[in-house]
Amino acid sequence: MRVMAQIAMVMSLDKCIGCHTCSVTCKQTWTNRTGVEYAWFNNVETKPGVGYPRRYEDQEHWKGGWMLDKRGRLVLRSGGRLKRLLSLFSNPDLPSIEDYYEPVTYDYDNLVSAPAGKDIPVARPRSVLTGKPTAITWGANWEDGLGGAPEHAGGDPNLTGAWAQKVKFEFEQTFLFHLPRLCEHCLNPACVSACPSGAMYKRVEDGIVLVDQDRCRGWRMCVTACPYKKVYVNHATGKAEKCTFCFPRIEAGQPTVCSETCVGRLRYLGLLLYDADRVGEAAATPDEHDLLDAQRGVFLDPHDPEVITAARESGIPEDWLDAARRSPVYDLVMRYKVALTLHPEYRTQPMVWYVPPLSPVLDAVDVAGGNRDDPDHVFAAVTRLRIPLEYLAELFTAGDTDVVAGVLMKLTALRSYMRERTLGEPGDETALKAVGLTARQAEDLHRLLAVAKYQDRYVVPAAHKEDAAALTAMENRCPVESSVPAEPRKVMLGIPTLRRRTTGDHG
Amino acid sequence: MTTAPPTLAAATGGTDLLLWVAVPYVCLAVFVVGHVWRYRQDQFGWTTHTSQLLEHRWLRWGSPLFHLGAFMVIAGHVVGLAVPASWTEAVGISEHTYHTTAVWAGSVAGVTMVAGLGMLCARRLLTRSIRLGTDRSDKLLFPLLSATVLLGITATAAHNVFGGGYDYRPTVSVWFRGVFTLRPEPEAITGAPLLFQLHALTACLLFAAWPFTRLVHVWSAPIGYLVRPYLVYRRRATTARPTARLGTSAAERRA
Repeated sequence: MRVMAQIAMVMSLDKCIGCHTCSVTCKQTWTNRTGVEYAWFNNVETKPGVGYPRRYEDQEHWKGGWMLDKRGRLVLRSGGRLKRLLSLFSNPDLPSIEDYYEPVTYDYDNLVSAPAGKDIPVARPRSVLTGKPTAITWGANWEDGLGGAPEHAGGDPNLTGAWAQKVKFEFEQTFLFHLPRLCEHCLNPACVSACPSGAMYKRVEDGIVLVDQDRCRGWRMCVTACPYKKVYVNHATGKAEKCTFCFPRIEAGQPTVCSETCVGRLRYLGLLLYDADRVGEAAATPDEHDLLDAQRGVFLDPHDPEVITAARESGIPEDWLDAARRSPVYDLVMRYKVALTLHPEYRTQPMVWYVPPLSPVLDAVDVAGGNRDDPDHVFAAVTRLRIPLEYLAELFTAGDTDVVAGVLMKLTALRSYMRERTLGEPGDETALKAVGLTARQAEDLHRLLAVAKYQDRYVVPAAHKEDAAALTAMENRCPVESSVPAEPRKVMLGIPTLRRRTTGDHG
Repeated sequence: MTTAPPTLAAATGGTDLLLWVAVPYVCLAVFVVGHVWRYRQDQFGWTTHTSQLLEHRWLRWGSPLFHLGAFMVIAGHVVGLAVPASWTEAVGISEHTYHTTAVWAGSVAGVTMVAGLGMLCARRLLTRSIRLGTDRSDKLLFPLLSATVLLGITATAAHNVFGGGYDYRPTVSVWFRGVFTLRPEPEAITGAPLLFQLHALTACLLFAAWPFTRLVHVWSAPIGYLVRPYLVYRRRATTARPTARLGTSAAERRA
């Protein structure tokens, strides 16, 4: 047993209102620079929808993640090592800027500097890449709230099979939910495995996956290998950049910016202990439907004395073990098993988990004339109304509807029970029993999902004092910039100009 | 090291000494020192500087053509310049066989490289987003590389494909080896045709410019990827060299 700790995230999707505050604060913190204008380390998608970049979930096309070869071995879908080196000159599976969107700015200056005239001056959009006026035809959240969905959403790669026809057919009785996405900081990261220079790595202490900006040589294989398309090429520096899980904040014991600013309070941060020796085996589980349980099998119980001993041997400090025992992520993922991963079939073992949304099912109950407060109606709907269930299963369980149905029933039973309790009734525990919860567990889960305060949602132990020297070395500079010490230096040939004028008056 | 024997100075003029002894050694010195400097000072700038994100239709053909052509051209130069004619004759390759092979293989390699480079230059000039992202080092590199490649292929075409044939092995190659064996023989190249001389000089300048351009990515060819483990774990304390260095000095202060 090789115990490692990872700081992981859970998002409760029923609470996401799609306000994009996480995306905006993330962008202001990390990607408001030339070269990554088009990159959103955190973005919020409307589902059903094609996502950002367009149809990124179509791995037949983009070749992201892992797969099992004919002999059952775990291989990168984009090909073996030699094939990767042979495609260095031109990567055939790299999304182009059109697959993301052309970033724009606006002629704000025109609003104040335009000469007096009949018409009110307007701020026209200009491409940040060319400086020329442009028409905005796509964006990172173009389909927000199903806008333009009749035209585009049919391209959602999750809409496959016979049931998908029905989704399109009944679009006027449609359903939608928001899906915030960031780097999954996988246990078995495909991007790290595909990096020819070995510049990408997973940190032993907290599992955060990072790009060493000094070692990255711009071979851009990580972009292809990541099935979530959460590694980006900075076209100004020629290097890969990705979500850092706000490691400077995490090291200081603070939540990530997206979590901190989440209006719906739907994000949870906490530690998970895992056995690094079992990761490869779990990722190579033959049946895709078993991948979720295989990944759960990699996690270790922080209350188990054997695990605690092994964790101490691996050098995990006591306050981290304590944080692991208080981890809300462990409760949601392992104790109550209500959190699922996005596309486990990519076999990267993502560490950002989602509590699937009950709302599409409840909408469907209303449409069918049922009573959404009656658990019997909702239970029946969960099993009978195939459309949202099949869709959620495509996203979160590799198509296994039973698992998603189980989680949704658990949430339904919890709601109905807690509603009765809140109204002063004793509470009918039959529905709870049916989903395997005791009254006490229900109250605990309800507290965690509905009323948990800041310190309950974010249990982030600070990095350790032993590393203080290393950390002070980091704190005075931007982690995505050059790590050359802060002494003044001349900008010489070959060093990219980091600011490009986008006001449009250049030739 | 670079001081030529007295007989050398007597036999050749000052201009020849400058062009065929001083310039090559200065360029080589800049090449070596420049690389050491860049590697130590600018790991962040050490990259292929890929622009595939912005344009991929031309790059899809241009980049593989250019790189494969370049590999063949480099191999051809190694054989033509570094291997003396006496060695090839010793293993039974006649001058005629050598010449025919060299012209054919060289033409294929050269045309491939020129076609690829042409496409890469075209996309850089024609795609506005890439043109705006072209930095000063690219503005030096692309013309210099193009000039070297074009002079080289023109020399071959003019003298060996369509011309009467020029054997560079007793002349240019001798000069080239002399530079590296520290016994410069500038007189060996002074009689070579102008195109060959210009090609040699632009190549020297290209080597001098090399460490300051994106060409440095050549030395980062990721061969080690073939044998390293797929998953890379790193400890936080050793994430970056400066960090480690500062960590050490802090430890020293405590001690």
